[in-house]
Amino acid sequence: METKSIMIVGVGGQGSLLASRIIGNVLLSQGFDVKVSEVHGMSQRGGSVVTYVKYGDKVYSPVIEKGEADIIVSFELLEAARWVSYLKKGGHLITSTQQLDPMPVVTGAAEYPENIADKLQELGVDVISADALSLAEKAGSAKASNVVLMGLIASKMDFPDEVWKDAIKQCVKEKFHELNLKAFELGKNI
Amino acid sequence: MKKLMLGNEAFARGLYEGGCRLISSYPGTPSTEITEFGAEYDAMYAEWAPNEKVAMETAVGASIAGARSFCGMKHVGLNVAADPLYTASYTGVTGGLVIAVADDPGMHSSQNEQDSRHHAIASKVPMLEPSDSAECRDFVKEAFEISEKFDTPIIVRLSTRVAHSQSSVELQDREEHDIIPYKKNAPKYAMVPAFAKARHIVVEERTKKLTEFAEKSPLNKTEINNGKIGVITSGISYQYAKEALGDGVSYLKLGMVNPLPVKLIQDFASKFDTVYVIEELDDIIEAHCKKIGVNVIGKELFGFIGELSQSIIAEKILGKKTEFTEFLEAVPVRPPVMCAGCPHRGLFYSLAKNNIIVSGDIGCYSLGSAAPLNSMDSIICMGASISALHGMNKISGKEGEKKSIAVIGDSTFIHSGITSLINIAYNATNSTVIILDNSITGMTGHQQNPTTGMNLKGDPASKVSLEELCKAVGINRIRVVDPYNMAQTEAAILEELTVEEPSVIISRRPCALLKYVKHKPALRVDTDKCKSCKMCLKIGCPAISIKDGKAAIEKTQCVGCGICTEMCKFDAITE
Ligand SMILES: Cc1ncc(C[n+]2csc(CCOP(=O)(O)OP(=O)(O)O)c2C)c(N)n1
Repeated sequence: METKSIMIVGVGGQGSLLASRIIGNVLLSQGFDVKVSEVHGMSQRGGSVVTYVKYGDKVYSPVIEKGEADIIVSFELLEAARWVSYLKKGGHLITSTQQLDPMPVVTGAAEYPENIADKLQELGVDVISADALSLAEKAGSAKASNVVLMGLIASKMDFPDEVWKDAIKQCVKEKFHELNLKAFELGKNI
Repeated sequence: MKKLMLGNEAFARGLYEGGCRLISSYPGTPSTEITEFGAEYDAMYAEWAPNEKVAMETAVGASIAGARSFCGMKHVGLNVAADPLYTASYTGVTGGLVIAVADDPGMHSSQNEQDSRHHAIASKVPMLEPSDSAECRDFVKEAFEISEKFDTPIIVRLSTRVAHSQSSVELQDREEHDIIPYKKNAPKYAMVPAFAKARHIVVEERTKKLTEFAEKSPLNKTEINNGKIGVITSGISYQYAKEALGDGVSYLKLGMVNPLPVKLIQDFASKFDTVYVIEELDDIIEAHCKKIGVNVIGKELFGFIGELSQSIIAEKILGKKTEFTEFLEAVPVRPPVMCAGCPHRGLFYSLAKNNIIVSGDIGCYSLGSAAPLNSMDSIICMGASISALHGMNKISGKEGEKKSIAVIGDSTFIHSGITSLINIAYNATNSTVIILDNSITGMTGHQQNPTTGMNLKGDPASKVSLEELCKAVGINRIRVVDPYNMAQTEAAILEELTVEEPSVIISRRPCALLKYVKHKPALRVDTDKCKSCKMCLKIGCPAISIKDGKAAIEKTQCVGCGICTEMCKFDAITE
């Protein structure tokens, strides 16, 4: 199989590391060669963060470049706009509708673009947007919006639900299993 | 069992399986997790040392005492540890000694982009370079073998993409290596000139033997495919090249990057019309090729700056470009910021407000250099804040002393700030130093340090008293402030700047992200009282923004630190 690429983008602290680990474990359990590339350190402090997941028969480079991603999952709207150039023609962009103002917007040095999802759609991008934050709150914690989005990705990939649920259980502490499984279900049923 | 592992986690696994007994490191992105994962194995003793030099000397000592040992650091850490490295190269080892150094091409989290292969060449120590997690594990084990066989410390070089990418690793069992009984051997270990002269001869002989080893070692792999193009590469660049060029070219993948083989390269190159060298940062392999009469193309295409990637290689060699769609409006940048509740925030606002020249240092507080705080004048390397301030003040005199200050974190102060403070006391400038004591090594992800009262394992440990320490080196004016109290902190800064005596202000408040720190409820804005003056935005808190013309506080982020209430003149921010 040719290598497939999934990119997870968001704001440092939104839980993209966990999301990439869950996807990575799902893919490994399905027998793929997998590479997951993370960002640690400086940019985790509220900066724009990006994580790459690649899988196939044999994966070489752990990074994804412009025009290469089959799926981009964005935890935040502005980040969806920032990283859309990484999407392959015909790829899917899944984004949370959450908006977090970056510092230049807060200080008035720049403006947060309006109607990002519509504008992306107009570019011919397949955009799937969801209010992951509200769903996560419904599941029990705003922090679980990353797992809500995992549910949404699961519906775009052909692996049994059980595989995803096992991976979630593997990656989160036991006392948070129920909350995250619920968040996953809510995302899956969007 | 197959497991998805971070390069750094696989590195730690390699230490475990390779029979390592001691780990002593200083944190630094992207090397930190090696030691954190290593500490999870009970078979290995693991510690955070105060700095890289101490870490390396500790590992050298453990090696002399007969155990396989390890120390890890980021690229700039090796500058700090260079002194022991260059002489440990002469003494060689008893138990195997492996050193991890993690380079950061692209500077994701670093202050420079140095290529640590230069250190391997200059210290005449062998260096391996893995290209994925499985190789991290395998190369570490092989490194211990090489270290003991050739009687040398050995460096394993990582780069950010190898250290921080996960790929699968097949786990193996630990091989125990008994401690080699200690034997006094001063001519080998006591490097006075007479003995060192003899050891230098041994080192040059060793390099010859290591070069012979490099000619045949399976660490250096040739992959011959069809076509007239050959590629010489190593580490992560190999993965990029394979993805870009596939089986259309042939490869010489160098797993050992110092010393480099001669015949192997000459033989490989002789088979092709064109040979490319693909390496990040400096032209180490390329320069070697040219020196041994092999004509290659390298830096003229790829340059010396930043990371490579499959698309750069595809474009430069194949002329291929990938198409993509771009968002048509400007997308505001999102630089990292101090977290909501960060105890450093208010202090930097006060420094900026009073136009104080800030001799800065490295840590979370380096973010004080960004807008809207814009309050750092210089940042060089760990510890430089205090020594550079001393130098500035020697030149600018009394007037300068009254408007310049040094800021340094607790971990950084212990790392290398203390010797600088001694210089201020000893060589007398009326400098003012602020120690930002957030009770943790924050920037690198919360490592314990000698001021926190806990060790790497989380067990209670001896705790340095910063007050006593500063006093003991000859500073008489020492005061402790709570940075959440901005007025008190600002008053202390202004007072200490005017006194004609060196002084230290300890700004003490634990990092808001520490688990034991209890947060107050989120604050909220009374929109009737808010006059839209935007004073609260001047502290650059990520929880505060303007919604419909009024200040708004994001409740999932706010930890109730109250700095913004001190900024607000209209009492519009309340609990
Ligand atoms: C020689 C060297 N070693 C390690 C690092 C990586 N590093 C950057 S900042 C830092 C420590 C920061 O801790 P502290 O001084 O306590 O400040 P905080 O981040 O907690 O505010 C480290 C280890 C470095 N930049 N240089």
